[in-house]
Amino acid sequence: MMEQSKEPLLEVRDLRVDFRVPGGYATAIRGVDLTVGRGEVVGLVGESGSGKSISMMALLRLLPAAARVSGIARFDGVDLLSLSPRELSHIRGGRIGMIFQDPLTAFNPVLTIGAQIVEALQLHDRNLSGKAAWTRAVELLAEVAIPEPGRRVHQYPHEFSGGMRQRAMIAMAISNRPQLLIADEPTTALDVTVQAQILELLQRLREELNIGMIMITHDLGVVAGIADRVMVMYSGRVIERGQVDDVFYASRHPYTRGLLAALPKLDGAREALVGIAGTPPSLINRPAGCAFRPRCSHAEAVCATAEPPLLRAGQLESACYVSDRLSGMTP
Amino acid sequence: MLRYIFRRLIAVPLLLLGVATVAFFLSQTTRGDPLSAVVPERQMNNPEIVAAAKERWGLDKTLAERYVIYVSNLARGDLGTSFTTRRPVSADLAERLPATFELVLAAMTFATVVGVGLGVLSARYQNGPIDHFSRIFALLGSSLPVFWSGLILLYLLTVQLGWFPGPGRLSAHTPPPPPITGLYTLDSLLTGNIPVFLESLHRLMLPAIVLGWSVVGVITRLVRSSLLEVLGQDYIRTARAKGALEGRVMIHHALRNALIPTLTIIGFAFAYLITGAVLTEAVFSWPGIGSYAVSAARALDYPAIIGVTLLGSLAFLLANLATDIAYGLVNPKVKLQ
Ligand SMILES: Nc1ncnc2c1ncn2[C@@H]1O[C@H](COP(=O)(O)OP(=O)(O)OP(=O)(O)O)[C@@H](O)[C@H]1O
Ligand code: SF4
Ligand SMILES: [Mg+2]
Repeated sequence: MMEQSKEPLLEVRDLRVDFRVPGGYATAIRGVDLTVGRGEVVGLVGESGSGKSISMMALLRLLPAAARVSGIARFDGVDLLSLSPRELSHIRGGRIGMIFQDPLTAFNPVLTIGAQIVEALQLHDRNLSGKAAWTRAVELLAEVAIPEPGRRVHQYPHEFSGGMRQRAMIAMAISNRPQLLIADEPTTALDVTVQAQILELLQRLREELNIGMIMITHDLGVVAGIADRVMVMYSGRVIERGQVDDVFYASRHPYTRGLLAALPKLDGAREALVGIAGTPPSLINRPAGCAFRPRCSHAEAVCATAEPPLLRAGQLESACYVSDRLSGMTP
Repeated sequence: MLRYIFRRLIAVPLLLLGVATVAFFLSQTTRGDPLSAVVPERQMNNPEIVAAAKERWGLDKTLAERYVIYVSNLARGDLGTSFTTRRPVSADLAERLPATFELVLAAMTFATVVGVGLGVLSARYQNGPIDHFSRIFALLGSSLPVFWSGLILLYLLTVQLGWFPGPGRLSAHTPPPPPITGLYTLDSLLTGNIPVFLESLHRLMLPAIVLGWSVVGVITRLVRSSLLEVLGQDYIRTARAKGALEGRVMIHHALRNALIPTLTIIGFAFAYLITGAVLTEAVFSWPGIGSYAVSAARALDYPAIIGVTLLGSLAFLLANLATDIAYGLVNPKVKLQ
């Protein structure tokens, strides 16, 4: 038993996703490795288009038919990528909950919020009566601090505000007490106060239910508050990963450092946001060598030769040829 | 909701008055001489008979006078007397309405079941054999005129193969079931008369399929395209992510949303079926409003023609109202008021 619980909750090896596009394949995910322990929160960060959502949807096989997925994704001992549709359906929404990026469109507009939560409950517990399921749905809405849950449960998604829809989405995702929660930008569309409340809620759920979480965001500030470990993605690869403090204070990768520099300072001085100049490479024709090279101020001749591998550098793992020279405080 | 329905119903008589007015003046300005329909050829030279006929049918009054009389009669539910059957038009219509209603209802059922079913299958197995079959099936149904497909099928399935009985609602020696609703299939079922039920159903099938087939296409194509659109939506992914299997995703989540636009087309299809029923009834000697309309038109029987027009318009208006109500029921974002 002790042996078993040391094994990580989720262990992903060499995940790859290609999209069939006119004139060939676009490689969106290029060999991602990832582990999540029980009750651990892993932050997944990166610019828009770096492949955060796609890699998580690939795990649960939620991508359209045009996507070709390969690799191994062991969840509690079984490979998600080779389960039968029926076996997979027991895990989806049961032991793995998913919160989607856009709560506005993630609920079915013609069903009430309650009906959708009840469905999630009954899909995983055939013996649950309708009455009990509705009672449970009201409790769940109360759990995520939705006011007047008994009335709200009968409303349609369009009658909820953005923040409430996001809470309802969380309520639905945790309705079957999952062991793993994948939260895709759970706070992006929300204003700052609601954002703080949602993060607090997730933090509380994690402590009370010991849920392992993958928290996707392009906001490093969110990650700093909640994650144990951080993985930074760029152009379909993990380019740096480590404990949250190490990444924040001792990053060895120019891209991560760029993201950190773009973060507003906490000391109140409203500094101008410094983004990273340039745009990510095309998925079809990546430049040879390091994918970040065209935008990198540290680039050297070696960077054009081959993709830098993800190697240990100090407390971290970084994929950069000059990571040794980038030690010390990040900007 | 009830107030909405009430308000819509109030508008119906006004719209019908409009239709009646247009129909009346159109009928009065067409060339044909209605006198020839009521006075036999040989008696045309007999001024007494002609005068008596004019008097009886009100043909000697001015247009305005006749219009006023017509409208006040209409208000009392009197549609006038048919030149040809010499019976009140309203009685003729009441007698024939159930036959048409049964036909249109059966055709609508066929079109909806087959249309939605093929639409779902062709979206699920996009570009597969079922998709291609349904495309061709739908195209044939929409492009062949009903009288043509009706005659072909009548010849093939009834005359050659003997799968379906001949025309009419029941054979001459089968007594119709006691009139409760006037629908033979329903009445025979209600009175527990299974042989008559089976016979009337068997005879209803071919005309209903021919008529319904003409609108299967629009329903299939719309269900297919709106399903494909809906299947790409985020909430479909949510449904899968919470553990729903593909069949449930399709029916419970996708179809419900796809049916919202489809309902409108089903309303239109109904109106189209009312028109199509005229030709279908003529082909299958179906004793309904349609065949009545055809003989009325041949004989320039104006009261009957206007009566049929009004009835058709009423059916159209009610179908529209039903569509709007159903639309409001399935789409929570629409508040009827
Ligand atoms: N169906 C598809 N066909 C081709 N390429 C796709 C498809 N879906 C996504 N992509 C590409 O995959 C890449 C990764 O997208 P993904 O949605 O994972 O980004 P993300 O990191 O979640 O960004 P964001 O922060 O904007 O959510 C993007 O470059 C996107 O263009
Ligand atoms: S490998 Fe070279 S180009 Fe890539 S991030 Fe490091 S220094 Fe920049
Ligand atoms: Mg995303």
